[in-house]
Amino acid sequence: MRKSTTSQPKVRKAGRRSPMASVALIMIGLFATGGVYALFTASASANTTAATSQLTTEGSKLFAANCATCHGLNLQGTKQGPSLIGVGAASVDFQVSTGRMPLAASGPQAEEKPAQFTTQQIQALYTYVAAQAPGPGIPSKQYLGGNGNAAKGAELFRINCAMCHNVAGAGGALTEGKFAPQLTGVSAKHIYEAMATGPQNMPVFNDQNITPTQKADIITYLKYLDKNPSPGGIDLGNLGPVSEGLFLWIFGLGAIVGVTIWLTAKAN
Amino acid sequence: MTSTQSASTSAAGRGGEVAKRRSATAIAANYIDERTSISGLVKELGRKIFPDHWSFMLGEVALYSFVVILLTGTFLTFFFQASMAPVTYSGPFVPLKGVEMSAAMDSALKISFEVRGGLLIRQIHHWAALLFIASIGLHMLRIFFTGAFRKPRELNWTIGFLLFILALAEGFTGYSLPDDLLSGNGLRIIDGMVKGIPFVGTWISYLIFGGEFPGEQIVGRLYTLHILLLPAILVAMIALHLVFVVVHKHTQYAGAGKTNQNVIGYPVLPVYAAKAGGFFFIVFGVIALIASFFTINPIWNYGPYDPSPVSAGTQPDWYIGFADGALRLIPPGLESVIWGHTYSWNILIPIVVLGLFISTVALYPLVEGWVTGDKREHHILDRPRNAPTRTAIGAAGVTFYAALWAAASSDLIATHFQLSIEAVIHAIQAAAILGPFIAYFIAKRVCLALQKKDREIALHGFESGRIVRLPGGEYIEVHQPVDEYERWRLVSFNEYKPLMIRPNAKGKITGTQRVRARMSRWFFEDRIAPVTRSELERQSHDHH
Repeated sequence: MRKSTTSQPKVRKAGRRSPMASVALIMIGLFATGGVYALFTASASANTTAATSQLTTEGSKLFAANCATCHGLNLQGTKQGPSLIGVGAASVDFQVSTGRMPLAASGPQAEEKPAQFTTQQIQALYTYVAAQAPGPGIPSKQYLGGNGNAAKGAELFRINCAMCHNVAGAGGALTEGKFAPQLTGVSAKHIYEAMATGPQNMPVFNDQNITPTQKADIITYLKYLDKNPSPGGIDLGNLGPVSEGLFLWIFGLGAIVGVTIWLTAKAN
Repeated sequence: MTSTQSASTSAAGRGGEVAKRRSATAIAANYIDERTSISGLVKELGRKIFPDHWSFMLGEVALYSFVVILLTGTFLTFFFQASMAPVTYSGPFVPLKGVEMSAAMDSALKISFEVRGGLLIRQIHHWAALLFIASIGLHMLRIFFTGAFRKPRELNWTIGFLLFILALAEGFTGYSLPDDLLSGNGLRIIDGMVKGIPFVGTWISYLIFGGEFPGEQIVGRLYTLHILLLPAILVAMIALHLVFVVVHKHTQYAGAGKTNQNVIGYPVLPVYAAKAGGFFFIVFGVIALIASFFTINPIWNYGPYDPSPVSAGTQPDWYIGFADGALRLIPPGLESVIWGHTYSWNILIPIVVLGLFISTVALYPLVEGWVTGDKREHHILDRPRNAPTRTAIGAAGVTFYAALWAAASSDLIATHFQLSIEAVIHAIQAAAILGPFIAYFIAKRVCLALQKKDREIALHGFESGRIVRLPGGEYIEVHQPVDEYERWRLVSFNEYKPLMIRPNAKGKITGTQRVRARMSRWFFEDRIAPVTRSELERQSHDHH
């Protein structure tokens, strides 16, 4: 019984195919998929490389024409401008798309102005700079949605940012004519990039210092301030007691003195 | 038919009653008077005359703002928790949800966002406080520049000065109560100033804060001062201040029929009672209007106090600005270590300078009284130009104060006018030291020039702009003589001359006499004499 059952499949199997067939089949299948995959990915990477290299070439031309005078043809920097080796795509994107670079005039610090390049040109520039040496990249969209924790962000903002930018992001003075700019209306991407790269006189808050999630929280807080006007009415620039005092003396006391003059005016 | 009948009968009935008995008002008045003898007071106060001038109403503005502060402050005490016990915020303001803060801050936020009308009342309270002190300041300037502090009102000037200081204290304690980042930073500066006092500073700081700053006591302590002690003293002083105004009678400007012995104006009842009552509501209305439309002290932006962060643009409310400015103007690093003790001159010098400035303000009436040696009573106000040295001293003081005040906003001046903060500080340092001298000389010369012009107009009239050719061919411009009322205003003021140094009874010239003579020369050496009657008469004879 046992013997017959064991012998029967063996006979049948031997009759149908060689023992190596399945192995061969698997091998063929693997090679086929592997080959096709290799073929596919090879062509894809060739495409992106081509695109990147095209951007890099365009970027290098733009860089040579607009930036190299101060930053050097090899990004090595000159007496007029710092080296850009390792500043990363984020830094270039921030400086160029907020119009701070190219510099309009040398002064205490680069000031914001309308961007001088198109989005594509800016992309070419930062791709070129990032291709020379690694550095902080363009922030991922997941941190820019303004859907983090506003309370945590506000606390981080007060501790890390408010001493220069003011608690409500109204900006503030630094030494020698430098200043921390107002943060209302600044795009989430630029806020993130500024934190990651520390433009002008700002310190760098890298990912060990303030994690990307915490950066997203800070952005959430600033966007909350942008979206929600002051519950108390017109905010007088959020500048604190100075604008309140000025307002009171000019408009408050001014109105009251006007009334006193009216009350004591002689009837004509 | 029935209704008219009943009406007519009731009318007839009432007509008959009037003859028999007095009206309900009269009965009530009589009831009160028989038990309080108040009619004497009403008679006295009701017919009290007050002169009319807009600048006489500035003190009233201060009083009415204070009433507004008392009303709104009472409302706020119903909800405020003066405790520094830590709680976790769970109210509706999203950017503070789950943040740990003191119960004081939590309740201040509750007042702002959860109590119905709480934010409006808080804003009225704060705006009214700013107006209160601003109107006191303007009122003091009016008193100073018109010489209303002269005998017999020197004491009332001192009371008014104390009211000003009390108002500053009220303001600062109130500013510190919400325990937000801004108020905590303000307290930290006070703590620093206290600690800067040699030997005792640290001890006093520990005493005030009940341990190391910030401790857990300060809000409760400031609250007691803010709502109990200081308001009680304030109310008592205000009452005294007003009693003195009634006792001394109000001052008035020189004018037709106005003398040192009378007061020309309107009686309290009915004119001033109505005007003042209406004015209270106008002041309240202006404050309420500002408070409804303009944010003040957004504590929700500042967040709870934490000793580590300091926001850019951290300033005290305007009235403490001059002290903050003094700290910003003093050059940094002025410290010396003597026998193991650090002397922070960068704190001590501002404290001493501010102390001297404040004392000068308090004591000025005594100084001027001593220099002039004038023991007469003065109820007619000076026009500022007719007291050139006093006006110039006032201008110097205002300039010094303004420089210190501006320095408190040095960072905002730098950002908003695109300047470097160092340049702003240096410019204001120069303004604080040189500005008073420049202001003194300009003000004095302007006063003397205006007096000269007044003299010219009183004697020769004003230029009419009409050119007339005389029969002989001569062209003259016709001068129009001023009318008598105007001339009275122009010529009636006191003339002081420098005191002569006189030996005392023992025939000796004392050092005090010398100082006094020198001061007197400083005050009155340059002067324009008022036009005399004989000059006027001579002029009217040979006038064209």
